[in-house]
Amino acid sequence: MCGWPACRNAFPGEPMKDAPRLSYRNPAGRKAMEGFVRVFSTFSALVGLFFLFWILWTVLKNGHSVLSLKFFTSAPPSPGEGTGGIYYALVGTLKMTGLAALMGIPLGLMAGVYLAEFGRQSRFAAAVRFCINLLMGIPSILVGLFAYTLIVLSVPRHYSGYAGAFALAIIMFPTVARTSEDMLSLVPDTLRESALALGVPRWRMITGILFRSARRGLTTGVLLAVARVSGETAPLLFTALNNNYYPRNLSKPTANLTVTIYNYAMSPYDNWQKVSWGAALVIMAFILTLTLVLRVLLRERSRS
Amino acid sequence: MNLLEKRPDSAEELETINDALIENPIISARRLNFWYGSHQALFENNLDIAPRKVTAVIGPSGCGKSTHIRVYNRIFEQYRGQRASGEVLLDGENLLSPRTDIIALRRKVGMIFQKPTPFPMSIFENVAYGVRLHFSFTRKELEQVVEQSLRAAALWDEVKDQLHRSGMALSGGQQQRLCIARALAMSPEVLLMDEPTSAIDPVATARIEELVLQLKDRLTVVIVTHNMQQAARISDYTAFFFQGRIVEFGPTQKIFTNPSHPKTEEYITGRFG
Repeated sequence: MCGWPACRNAFPGEPMKDAPRLSYRNPAGRKAMEGFVRVFSTFSALVGLFFLFWILWTVLKNGHSVLSLKFFTSAPPSPGEGTGGIYYALVGTLKMTGLAALMGIPLGLMAGVYLAEFGRQSRFAAAVRFCINLLMGIPSILVGLFAYTLIVLSVPRHYSGYAGAFALAIIMFPTVARTSEDMLSLVPDTLRESALALGVPRWRMITGILFRSARRGLTTGVLLAVARVSGETAPLLFTALNNNYYPRNLSKPTANLTVTIYNYAMSPYDNWQKVSWGAALVIMAFILTLTLVLRVLLRERSRS
Repeated sequence: MNLLEKRPDSAEELETINDALIENPIISARRLNFWYGSHQALFENNLDIAPRKVTAVIGPSGCGKSTHIRVYNRIFEQYRGQRASGEVLLDGENLLSPRTDIIALRRKVGMIFQKPTPFPMSIFENVAYGVRLHFSFTRKELEQVVEQSLRAAALWDEVKDQLHRSGMALSGGQQQRLCIARALAMSPEVLLMDEPTSAIDPVATARIEELVLQLKDRLTVVIVTHNMQQAARISDYTAFFFQGRIVEFGPTQKIFTNPSHPKTEEYITGRFG
């Protein structure tokens, strides 16, 4: 028997023997702390929102004036005079991101399949998982330098869009691999077993049943990777560089949005700076849209 | 009580009390042992499965009953560290032999799981999926197979107008019958059912039990169940598993009315498990 009031009710009518005298702590201190934590955490959350909207607002304010259909379809202006657009840079970015996706997504997806389906708990898989995590954390400028020494410095010894795409693919790979593994691991083992129990070969079970079952999650991983690389500048500085001409193919220095933003923003020409703001707005809107699509995809997934 | 920790240590303890002589068994397990890594889960199991009968496998949790039937279609092989020794004869051939064509084996020996597992595709595709892999049918033949399988699984009348709806949209009991239809479409000889009704409601359970009784005409059913009444209702033979060995095997009526082994009696009267 204890002396707590809560315990007392268990034996109504029975007199308490040797019950300790209850002494209550003054709640004022706890209440003050509670209030402080609440205010401080809310404030911190607001700071995050505040800067996000500040950035969005600044980019929108400075960038919206140049936006028009022509902005997307015309060549960059000459320094200091006239108006122009981001057509070349847009095409270059799309081509490089596309090529990077062609390399990075299948490899990442297959690595995810290996980890979730074949490697699982094995030591080798654990080592691969660890390396993929490391790869995710490598600063993108180092990836750019790596592509620079590997591709740009070898034959044909110049900057190219291919080198840029290669660097972007390296950045995409771990993101796709990790999310693919996570999404495939969410598929219950009984679904795998019931496909195998029908005599379905393992590879068909993976491609026919698992991919279908996890398709939303897998799409999420791919979009996440695309969103991530579409804003990368550092890896392109050493590889694709930039160009003022239409990127017919990727074998030469290639125009792209992010380095264009970087170069034009640093230039003394007013009209280039305007283009830079516009390009920044375009990229921001693109990533925002992708993120919204992701949210919708994920929400539908949790509902079904 | 340390019943669950005790391991059989003498030859007598491994002996099964066998009250039924099965003629021409479709499956016979001989000295089957099974390991999860270094942990042995089955000890010297001998069991004959009568063709076109329902054999129930009962026993307390962790006794190895699911493990035992998971050997019959070698589904355990998908996991690292799980291995079996001994022989399991299916139509006279040892299915554990490395020469066994595992895909053909799984066509002959179908399996139903505890939770319904419809594939993320339409009802029609769910049933047609496995069939397409094993047989080459024209579209028309395929449609017939799907219809017959759904009929055999007592699901046709409920879904015939919505074959192109997702299989995931059905109720739990319907999903389980869809899985049965999917298995039947392969025209298996044996259907393994691993607690097929433990995740669905009593009405749906009754329908599936009824279905099992109908299936007896065309194939052999081995059903693992925790539900003693279910075993008594639908099976012809019952095997009682305890601590990885088969303690007693016999006609269901005998096991449930006059069990020979004291452990069997304790279990079916609900004293443990």
